[in-house]
Amino acid sequence: MSFTPLIILLLAICTFGYWYGSKKALTLVPEQGRVDRGQPRQFGTFVVIWAAVPPVFLFALWSVFSIMSGEYKNKVFNQIDQIILPVLLILSTVLGCYVAINKIKTGLRVRKTLEFVIFAFLILASTVSVFTTIGIVFSLLFETLNFFEKVPVFDFVLGLNWSPQTALREDQVGSSGAFGAIPLFAGTMLITLIAMLVAVPLGLFSAIYMTEYASKTFRAIVKPILEILAGIPTVVYGFFAALTVGVFFRDVGSSIGLDVVSESALAAGVVMGMMIIPFISSLSDDVITAVPQSLRDGSYALGATKSETVLKVILPAALPGIVGAVLLAVSRAIGETMIVVMAAGFAANLTANPLEAVTTVTVQIVGLLVGDQEFDSAKTLAAFALALVLFLITLGLNVIALIVVRKYREKYD
Amino acid sequence: MTDMSDLKSENQWMSEERKALLGKRHRTERRFKMLGLGAIFIALAMLVTLFVNITSKGYSAFVQTRFEMNVTFDETVIYPNGDRSAQAIRGASYGNLIRNTLRAEFPDVEKRRDLRSLFGIVSKGASRQLRKIVMEKPSIIGTTTAIWLIASDDMDMFNKGYIPRNVVEADRRVKDKEIKWFDHLDAKGSVQKVFNWDFFSSGDSREPEIAGIWGAMVGSFYTLLITFAISFPIGVMSAIYLEEFAPKNRFTDIIEVNINNLAAVPSIVFGLLGMGLFLNLAHLPRSASLVGGITLALMTLPIIIISARASIRAVPDSIRQAALGLGASRQQTAFHHVLPLSMPGILTGTIIGLSQALGETAPLLMIGMVAFIVDIPGNITDPATVLPVQIFLWADSPERAFVEKTSGAILVLLSFLVFMNALAVLLRRKFERRW
Repeated sequence: MSFTPLIILLLAICTFGYWYGSKKALTLVPEQGRVDRGQPRQFGTFVVIWAAVPPVFLFALWSVFSIMSGEYKNKVFNQIDQIILPVLLILSTVLGCYVAINKIKTGLRVRKTLEFVIFAFLILASTVSVFTTIGIVFSLLFETLNFFEKVPVFDFVLGLNWSPQTALREDQVGSSGAFGAIPLFAGTMLITLIAMLVAVPLGLFSAIYMTEYASKTFRAIVKPILEILAGIPTVVYGFFAALTVGVFFRDVGSSIGLDVVSESALAAGVVMGMMIIPFISSLSDDVITAVPQSLRDGSYALGATKSETVLKVILPAALPGIVGAVLLAVSRAIGETMIVVMAAGFAANLTANPLEAVTTVTVQIVGLLVGDQEFDSAKTLAAFALALVLFLITLGLNVIALIVVRKYREKYD
Repeated sequence: MTDMSDLKSENQWMSEERKALLGKRHRTERRFKMLGLGAIFIALAMLVTLFVNITSKGYSAFVQTRFEMNVTFDETVIYPNGDRSAQAIRGASYGNLIRNTLRAEFPDVEKRRDLRSLFGIVSKGASRQLRKIVMEKPSIIGTTTAIWLIASDDMDMFNKGYIPRNVVEADRRVKDKEIKWFDHLDAKGSVQKVFNWDFFSSGDSREPEIAGIWGAMVGSFYTLLITFAISFPIGVMSAIYLEEFAPKNRFTDIIEVNINNLAAVPSIVFGLLGMGLFLNLAHLPRSASLVGGITLALMTLPIIIISARASIRAVPDSIRQAALGLGASRQQTAFHHVLPLSMPGILTGTIIGLSQALGETAPLLMIGMVAFIVDIPGNITDPATVLPVQIFLWADSPERAFVEKTSGAILVLLSFLVFMNALAVLLRRKFERRW
């Protein structure tokens, strides 16, 4: 069925309803002793709501039903979809219009109805985010449970071997694949650690300098420039890491006799750290600024220098906030995808050597799901299990970070 | 109580020891300061390196090498069987025209292998170029005209200096004979670098010299349009509800916590949600900007809500009280007074959220926007790709010429982002009110 003419027709009916409703409102006899009668456009909108809600509701119901039943190419289904549904939609619109127009009488509290509808919409809008979370949890959970029917949980959580390539034929050797996730998490941790080693000192020291030493103009100029680092798309970092930093480390390595692969964990980690610098610096900037001036003044009055004040007074006071910032940054690094997809390796490799290639959870998710996949194979489902773990880890880190930061805020508020 | 002279005699803080200690402390102080400055410097240096690196690799993507050749629009090639309809002109073998032209230009090349490499110095896109010329001006048929033909990617790279001459021939993609032909053309003044319109006006291609970003740009536009159309109204409505109407209860708490957590969920998880929900369950078209837009909208929503709430909260209560005092309902207060006053802030947050969505790649990989798509998407359900994904795809291609294209596309993407962020800053500067 072509949608456009139907939609135009429905809109036309609504427009007519609006026009007629607002016109009819003008003919109403004013009610004794009431100032608020509602404006003509409100009556018009009233009619439109009555006309638009039934077809939208019907259509949504039908869509949900057709998705749930999953019967797509069925003949009866098609007939309902092609003929009965449009007719029903048009009828319900006309009926809604008719009822609403009849309701327009002296004494109708049109504004009250409108505000009720708007209020309902507001509540509906604010539940979207809740439904998003529910959607994430359920879509991941179901597939993960499917996955664990095929692969035992312990093999996944404790297995040291990851090679998800399942064979094409049932009887081939190793057709089940190996789904031990330890190498992936080890790789993720290694790259995250390198990223933090780059980002935490640089970010923290920048924040200290910005808050305690820098002049206002310096801060006004440099801070936004640093934040540019956070605004650069990750795919750009990935390209930079793969083509420039990786090659650079490899060349440096070979010139001093070290064997560095060009997809080393080091390259991906350093570039990821670069991306996270502004994240840490602006969060710790906020925390350091929130330390009350009285603490600084007290320290200066005792004769401490600025650096002594920072190290012995401000940092201990701000520590919970900084820990929170670092936790948020870690969760960000763990979930980061494009840099590692482009610059880290694909083969699972259980090593702590940053000069070798490791793979991460996100790389594997992308690798397993991009391109053609057969559904319900353990290989595809494994991606969902990995994503669920990723989701839970980042969620946990965020919750802890938020609690830490909130506790800290309360201390000085 | 000690008297003054006593204190002076015990003047410990002026002793040599104390002075040395003070000096040490001051040196530590200076070192610490330098450390902070150094950290900022290193971070800035990284940023500059990134930009210089990308720009130096990418600026040459905006020019294209062309060879001037005298093309004979031979009637026997264009109408081999006398059919002169537009259909026949469209389907004619322009490749033969080019091959004939090249043969005429280099008559001494005879061996089959040499001929094949000779035909390879001109891009495969050149025949499309000729077709366009003939379709636009059929009167050109039968004449011999000098045309600037697009060079192949290897020739283009060679002309731009990415393939050095002084390497052993076996290690070089451009062989000696090709360099000879190139020099022959160059000596005649028939080699030129022109602005690369194709890069901005065509879709993706397997041939780097004619691959363009227009398809990806259109895809990005549609995707962002969907993202905006969904996330802006929903985001603003939730923000208004949470700030102006929501009672303080458990339900509201859940929504709040949820929004904060959603903002920190890795983007790839949203991709899996989009894949599970919109592709596998709702059977929406794969690779379409519609699905990409909805997925990114869910991701952008928390950003918009958080910034919208902040700017709604910044509107002082006196405004609300004045409106309520004049008899406005709570909704009228919210929609007629608070919302317009907080709009600049909301828009700033929205633009920042959208600019993040514009640079997002990972979730779009999950919903199949990585397909190789040559056609320019015509609507939101057509298969499409977006700029960052195009960058990802090109970065994966082995041809040397795609490195340049990738960097060029990155420059375009970054300039869009700079534009959007500048717009946000401008909005804030111009309309922000301090109460």
